[in-house]
Amino acid sequence: MDHLNNYLFISAVLFSLGIFGVMTRRNGIAVLMGVELILNAANINFVAFSRFGGMNLDGHIFGLIIIVLAAAEAAVALAIVINIYNNLNTINVDEASSLKE
Amino acid sequence: MENIFIKYSLAILFLPLAAFVIQIFFGKRLPRQGDWVSISAIITTLILSIVMFVLMLLNYDPNFIQEDSFVWFDMGHFSIRLGFLIDNLTIIMLLVVALISTCTHIFSMEYLKGDIRYSRYFAYLGLFTFSMNGIVLANSLISMYMFWELVGVSSYLLIGHWFEKESAANASKKAFLTNRVGDIGFFIGIMLIYSAVGSFAFSEIFDGVSKGLISGTALTFAGIGLFMGAMGKSSQFPLHIWLPDAMEGPTPVSALMHAATMVAAGVYLSVRIFPILTPDALLIVAYVGGFTAIFAASIAVTQTDIKKVLAYSTVSQLGYMILAVGTGVYTAAFFHLLTHAMFKANLFYGSGSVIHAMHHALHEKHDNETDPQDMRNMGGFREKMPITYWSMLLSTLAIAGVPFFSGFLSKDAILAGTLSFAQNNPVHFLLPIFGFSAAAITAFYMFRMMFLTFHGKPNKPELIKDIHESPKEMSGPLILLGILSLFIWYTIPKGNPMSTAGWFTDLVVPRNAVVPGSITAIEIEEGAHHAHHLAMYISIAVATLGIFISWLTYIKKSLSADVWARRFGLLFRLSQNKYYFDENYNKYIYQPSLRLAEKISWIDWDLYDKYFINGFGYLTKWVSDIVGKFDFETIDQTIVDGVGKIVKFLGNTFKTVQTGRLQNYLLYVTAGIIIIMVIQSF
Repeated sequence: MDHLNNYLFISAVLFSLGIFGVMTRRNGIAVLMGVELILNAANINFVAFSRFGGMNLDGHIFGLIIIVLAAAEAAVALAIVINIYNNLNTINVDEASSLKE
Repeated sequence: MENIFIKYSLAILFLPLAAFVIQIFFGKRLPRQGDWVSISAIITTLILSIVMFVLMLLNYDPNFIQEDSFVWFDMGHFSIRLGFLIDNLTIIMLLVVALISTCTHIFSMEYLKGDIRYSRYFAYLGLFTFSMNGIVLANSLISMYMFWELVGVSSYLLIGHWFEKESAANASKKAFLTNRVGDIGFFIGIMLIYSAVGSFAFSEIFDGVSKGLISGTALTFAGIGLFMGAMGKSSQFPLHIWLPDAMEGPTPVSALMHAATMVAAGVYLSVRIFPILTPDALLIVAYVGGFTAIFAASIAVTQTDIKKVLAYSTVSQLGYMILAVGTGVYTAAFFHLLTHAMFKANLFYGSGSVIHAMHHALHEKHDNETDPQDMRNMGGFREKMPITYWSMLLSTLAIAGVPFFSGFLSKDAILAGTLSFAQNNPVHFLLPIFGFSAAAITAFYMFRMMFLTFHGKPNKPELIKDIHESPKEMSGPLILLGILSLFIWYTIPKGNPMSTAGWFTDLVVPRNAVVPGSITAIEIEEGAHHAHHLAMYISIAVATLGIFISWLTYIKKSLSADVWARRFGLLFRLSQNKYYFDENYNKYIYQPSLRLAEKISWIDWDLYDKYFINGFGYLTKWVSDIVGKFDFETIDQTIVDGVGKIVKFLGNTFKTVQTGRLQNYLLYVTAGIIIIMVIQSF
């Protein structure tokens, strides 16, 4: 297990799952969850490259920053979802298409 | 002294114009329709003319000359000057114009009383006087030409005064157009001279010709061209046809036109340009004049309309004047112009007075059928119209060439000149024969007119009690001009009834022609002097003969006019029908030119217009149809619209990408990244 490729593979799978979730879910909350997966995939990459790339704690710092960023993002995004629900009475992202044409 | 002449001339020229302007715009609204405006203007003109005339007599200088001109316009080297030329000739002519015009104005007050265009009539009289004064005062051919045309226009307006009558409207057109024929020649003459001499002014032209800038045939043609203008205005054969028809105008107009203004203009021009006429040109002038004199006289013999008789006598007398110019005694021509103006104006006033009386009488009888101008309806008016009779008799004696009357002197001077010309050139023996026979015929037909009108038994007895003498506005001019038909006025201070010597011969002396090689004035004078006595005897003889035959025929009745008319049936018919000139002009000139015009209009309309012009139109339309199709279908529909269509198609195609769904966008992003990565990996 002590090989960079394994971490990168897991990270890629996680990223792909996140992308898949973002693209296929209609539910706004689920889309946000996909976004979390993508961010965490990035985190794994940072940490893995930090561990095998000889970059000391730089990757860890970025990982922590991303976690903070994800928390802030989730707060804002959830607020948006609540507003969408208030206005449109749904949290399905495909129905929130009032900007179209 | 010098300035007075110019200033007076300005006033004389423009006062009648001012009267014209006032009359034409405000005439109808002025009291009495404004005739007092015209009459006061013309009387002022007369007074100024008399003052100038008196100054001339006090001056008594045959070489007196005043010239003043200004630049009219300037175009590089080409500049035209207009101005005044005042010499004794001008001053005498101005007086004649002013006097006859004044008489006409006064006479017309009564003659045209109640006319529907009374104020306009006086306006036109003013215009006519203005134009004629312009000709008289002109110092150059070009200013003379302008006033020449103005005279043409005003004669047109006045002859056509009663334009409701078709004959009057036609007569005015005929006068104008016939004059145009002569004017073309006049203009060609002016241009010929200008192209050679480079100036329009008389003095410079005379200088140029004497220096030989233009000579020989060119000068002859130029002279004939200028003379053509005179032929038109002075009604010389073959352009004489307009004058008898011009009798359709009011009678006072005829008096003005035939005595002082229009027809005098031609003679005045001939006298002015005499120095540049070559011997060849003069010969043509002489023959035209001489032939006109006898030709018109032979027509006058058979006319029954009182005004037509006078009209042809005018043509004949003008022929005399032109004959005199042609034979070199041009001062005699001017002298005859002066005396003729007085007695001919008077004869026209007299005929006007008779016609006026006839109108009145016919009106009383409610007779619209009888012709008031036909002498066959008159007769025996002598007791009823004594003033008219006696004044007309004075003028008739003058025109017939009876001693002690003005016409005798001037006619005698002309005939003497003609006789001496024939003595010098026996080849041209016809000229004096023309002259003397015209004199005989003139005496005959003038007395025929007098006898038919005033003597004998009334031909219409029912009219005679309504014939009255005309009022004083009409009899005044008659008395004045009748007295002016006496010889004494023209021969002061010598007063010899048999000789023209007097102020006129002292002040108007003949000048040498400037054409090199011409016969000198002295030689002409000498010749005329030698021929004077012979001419006098013959002219007294022929005048007596004419009057005697007239008396035998119409008073004594021992010769019957009808018998003679039958005996010379052909000649009589020719004369009565004016030698069929109008008919022949109509047949051989007007109709062919009308047909030619129709042919040309056919070419113009049916060929040129229909096929060429319209064809051009069709061709253009066809080409533009194709071009339009190309423009619309190819450029507009395909290229221009094509761009739009492509954009629209692309827009339609790519707008489906914009689903509004986030996930789709994300899909595209992902797909894009994957594609980029795949491309990168190669």
